[in-house]
Amino acid sequence: MKIITVCGMGIGTSVLLKMNAEKALRGLGVDADVEAADIGTARGAARTAEIVLTSADLADEIGDVPAKVIVINNFTNAEEITTKLTEALS
Amino acid sequence: MTLADSLPSEAVRTQAHATDWREAIRLAGDGLVAGGATTDVYTQEMIDTVERLGPYIVIAPGFALAHSRPSPAVLRTGLSWVSLAEPVEFGSEHNDPVSVVVGLAATDHDGHIGMMAELAGAIGDDALFARLKQAETPEQLLEELRAAGSAGQDAAATPPEGETP
Repeated sequence: MKIITVCGMGIGTSVLLKMNAEKALRGLGVDADVEAADIGTARGAARTAEIVLTSADLADEIGDVPAKVIVINNFTNAEEITTKLTEALS
Repeated sequence: MTLADSLPSEAVRTQAHATDWREAIRLAGDGLVAGGATTDVYTQEMIDTVERLGPYIVIAPGFALAHSRPSPAVLRTGLSWVSLAEPVEFGSEHNDPVSVVVGLAATDHDGHIGMMAELAGAIGDDALFARLKQAETPEQLLEELRAAGSAGQDAAATPPEGETP
């Protein structure tokens, strides 16, 4: 399964979110490939991903993709990330 | 590179004053310049990023990670830290107002992963984040980070997957 984390530039917030998502997935025992992407490449990358994690400000920019787009409000909150990933995976 | 190592004291401003988010980012940019990580051009690039894409850099309550992309204005990978005496609004629905702005400059996409992991840990730890917000001087702030960093290393007894101890 492929999951992408999206931010504006692909070096800051998406990297942070990727690390926390990987931690949450390990906790859930889910094997997934998590990739960080900037908003420019995210639309393409999202076509082959099952889940997209991003902030509220950027969620609309992703556009129409088959992936589930999940908004994370607090990128450092393991509980929020775990809960939302669990919902998306069920 | 640990978080405290990537933050020279010249790059840290504590209890600073900013009238709005642009000024808060400018202070973070000044810190990156003072620490030798960027030129002034990068400061404007960080402001332009928010102008264009919105306050998505406000990723946790009270916390913004100001940055732009790798560019000629980035001299080396580095961080700056600004804590504000009075928080400012960035326009973030969930995480305003902001009282800590960290500036990030990176020369590539993954040379700074360890530093980011430690930063995420510091911001996600409510008690530590509260102490960092209250630090009166750059020395106090760096002392808190060093203490947290060495505690974190002791706790990380299990090596990450795929790596031999």
